[in-house]
Amino acid sequence: MSHALTLITFIPVAGMVVILCLPQAMKDICKWLAVGATALQLAIAVWLYENFDTTTTAVQFAEKHDWIPSYHITYFMGVDGISISMVLLTALICFISVFVSFGINRAEKAYYALLLMLDAGMMGVFVSLDFFLFYIFWEVMLLPMYFLIGVWGGPRREYAAIKFFLYTLFGSVLILLAMLGLYYYGAQTTFDMTTLASNASHYSSNFQRIVWIALFIGFAIKIPAFPFHTWLPDAHVEAPTAISVILAGVLLKMGTYGILRVNFAILPEATHQLAWLFLGVIGTVNIVYGAMCAMAQTDFKKLIAYSSISHMGYVMLGIASFTTAGINGAVLQMFNHGTVTAMLFILVGVIYDRAHHREINGFGGLAQQMPFYAAMTGFAFFAGMALPGMSAFISEVLVLLGAWQTYPLMTVFGAATAVLTAGYLLWTYQRIYLGPFNEKYAGYSDLSLREAFTLVPLAIIVIVLGVYPHAILGLLNSSLVHLNQVVLSTPGPAIAMVH
Amino acid sequence: MDLGNFASLARFLPELLLSAGVLVLVIVDLIVTDKSRLGDLALVITAGALLLIAFQPDTGNAWLFHRMLVFDGFALFFRALIALAALVAVWMSMGSEEVRTCDQGEYYAILLASTLAMFLMAESANLLMAYLALEFVSLTSYILTGFLRHNRRSLEAALKYLIYGGVASGTMIYGMSWIFGISGSLDFTVINKALTTPETLPVLAVFIALVLILAGMGYKVSSVPFHMWAPDVYTGAPIPVTTFLAIGSKAAGFALLTRFFFPAISSLSANGSWQALKGVDWPQLLLVICVITMTLGNLAALQQTNMKRLLAYSSIAQAGYALMGFVVLSNDGLRAMLFYLFAYYVMDAGAFLVVMIVANCTGREDIDAYRGLAWRGGIVPAVALSIFLFSLTGIPLTVGFIGKFYLFAAVIRGKFYILAIVGVMNSVVSLYYYMRPIKTMFLDTPQGDEGTILAEPWNYGLMGVLAGATIALGLYWAPIIAFANRSLNFFTGPA
Repeated sequence: MSHALTLITFIPVAGMVVILCLPQAMKDICKWLAVGATALQLAIAVWLYENFDTTTTAVQFAEKHDWIPSYHITYFMGVDGISISMVLLTALICFISVFVSFGINRAEKAYYALLLMLDAGMMGVFVSLDFFLFYIFWEVMLLPMYFLIGVWGGPRREYAAIKFFLYTLFGSVLILLAMLGLYYYGAQTTFDMTTLASNASHYSSNFQRIVWIALFIGFAIKIPAFPFHTWLPDAHVEAPTAISVILAGVLLKMGTYGILRVNFAILPEATHQLAWLFLGVIGTVNIVYGAMCAMAQTDFKKLIAYSSISHMGYVMLGIASFTTAGINGAVLQMFNHGTVTAMLFILVGVIYDRAHHREINGFGGLAQQMPFYAAMTGFAFFAGMALPGMSAFISEVLVLLGAWQTYPLMTVFGAATAVLTAGYLLWTYQRIYLGPFNEKYAGYSDLSLREAFTLVPLAIIVIVLGVYPHAILGLLNSSLVHLNQVVLSTPGPAIAMVH
Repeated sequence: MDLGNFASLARFLPELLLSAGVLVLVIVDLIVTDKSRLGDLALVITAGALLLIAFQPDTGNAWLFHRMLVFDGFALFFRALIALAALVAVWMSMGSEEVRTCDQGEYYAILLASTLAMFLMAESANLLMAYLALEFVSLTSYILTGFLRHNRRSLEAALKYLIYGGVASGTMIYGMSWIFGISGSLDFTVINKALTTPETLPVLAVFIALVLILAGMGYKVSSVPFHMWAPDVYTGAPIPVTTFLAIGSKAAGFALLTRFFFPAISSLSANGSWQALKGVDWPQLLLVICVITMTLGNLAALQQTNMKRLLAYSSIAQAGYALMGFVVLSNDGLRAMLFYLFAYYVMDAGAFLVVMIVANCTGREDIDAYRGLAWRGGIVPAVALSIFLFSLTGIPLTVGFIGKFYLFAAVIRGKFYILAIVGVMNSVVSLYYYMRPIKTMFLDTPQGDEGTILAEPWNYGLMGVLAGATIALGLYWAPIIAFANRSLNFFTGPA
């Protein structure tokens, strides 16, 4: 399998092309083609996981071909410890979200084609090591996302879709300019990210800072970091369930991944100097502000959306800490947040499919009617609260441990927010599942087999990683420690706001 | 080489074919009764001209007709581009309901004459020739714009075009007279020598002359403040003519603009950057024009409800983007500009073609006519229009993105950082209005009063080719950029 990464990226594209060639009436075949393509992708991802060499920081499974030689643009793919876990996560979440999509009953052919295109775009971002290729995938993903929200979304879907598109395009064009700057003013004109990283010291400090901030804004919009987060609640509320799952499960991670891959690796000096403010402080604001906003929501899905903002804050705080624990925990948190939030959005979708509303105060006592569903939600909420034994516990503790060494004050805020998180999740649980039973919901069936099938694998992963986090941490460690050392070897910030 | 009248003819075959074609069309129009075949004849002539250009033996750069025209790589690029534009325009005319009501013979004859005039504009090596060619283009364009004689909007557009054009070209020839007064010649090479050699230059006079000349050329590329004719003319003219004006006439304008401002009055230094005349700060002026053109075009497009008008403002904005490659004063920038003009040709022709297909079926050009297009039998044109509009926005996997990529690359390399920021912010703004038709086609549900869309094989065929090219060139564009690179070859006399 010397072309594993090409396959894993383009199998969905092949699936999409086949689906597009089918007549509209064969919607079941479209559905199962999508299942097949994502299953194949997941199989390759597992193969990559099995064959990944955890001892080296080098790029693995690399493929490199000339594309536009006159401009040094190459087709360069490869994975290392920073990206391998994201490749796994993408394959997993996409596979599950196809099953979540089975409820779609309008223009299925176009839906599954777009879903596969989105899948390919996300996978491409994580495996590209040529900046130009990375950027192509980064932007291409916007198109299917726009249509998936815009056509199959809720009542305010048009507004949400265009808002998402405008926000992210705004970020993308800044990345484009930064990319061109890195290309022209580096030691050699190249888009190869590994070469750019090894020539990092060539850029002047001021140049690094300007480019860093441009890149940061581009990536921060995807995370989404305060104050660029406002598109996310809208997009989540309007998107169909499966798209919310992908959005929270994979898309947001592209922001933090980009920061690690580009800002950290290519501009280490600026990272070292600016991270405390842009990642540390903004990350902490994300944690606290996201949790407070979540507390105030009465729409179940919006609440989960804000909790995503809050949890992504831990990732930012973790990578800004420049400690082994912090950065490992952050990337592990990216993976864990992907699985946990995917569960939460699937669970919101389950009740929305039955009740056609998500008003938290409109429910009550659902546990009596749907015990398995209530138990599953309870499990997912505990995972969201990062209770011990759950995967998120390990990652959040690692982040806080790491961050404590660098930013004690911020860490206090971050840790204290755990109380808020528990507060809004438990309060929500109480209002929806406990208390007197609302007779309006008497006829509701419990989780169907399909719904259970989408949730149980994620739940198993949550528990396994809660007990044995090394399954993912082992992949990350060498690359992240190396990356961290590169950054730490540069001059630190002039303002010592810590220690 | 400085070729005389007869020696020039061998390199003038495409133009000769077009001239003969115009005459043949007029004569055949008098003889045959079935006028519907005249379009085929025009198509064959245009295709023949294109083939002659494509397979012209590389006989080296030369002056033609005693230094009136110039035969070089740069002219070749624009002749090819204009011939391609004419081909699309003729093809579209054959499938257009609007054009079907007109006098076929005259229409195609004038269309070919206009093509010939644009060729001459791209080849001019002399101010007088440039002026004549530009007027020739203008006169044919006025007639084509007003060709729907029973349509008030078409006539109004032609009249506006005529008045604007008259003022602009009058201003331009006045400016040319200043240049003649300063340099003593109309010949580009002599002007260059006269302006770049002396130590002291009448800076103010040269600057005023350049501003006046810019009026005429800026009017052809529809840059601010000479853009005001464009929305009315684009809306009033028959759609194939609009397309031809948007892609052909604009390309010819850029050809002349570049030929005058670069080889005629600037000098190329060894590292690929151009030196403007000392003390004459026209690049600064054009920088301002470029920024205002794209910003104004984009902002004005936000409010449009008519597709032709929306695309008209979009074409103003696109001219602004292309000018970015112009103002950075480097071969990088010019190459990006050439590539962008080619990309613009593919995507804008496609967008107008879809507008024509919808107009053919529904008789309407407003955005409401596109409501739910994808869900009422028009999924193919809807997808194609989306591809063209994404390309105009500059989303990857389309040739429009690659064009913008090269433009921004040249801008960043030239260290015009503010221009780069303005440019990308304009792209973001433009997304909003380019998405509106897409939103209307896919996100809105049809209400039943929009009319049905019928598949017309010839129009769909061209649409497929253009949409395919938009994507294929977005994935592999090396041949086009290589062609643009080869075309940066200006002949200014024997070395």
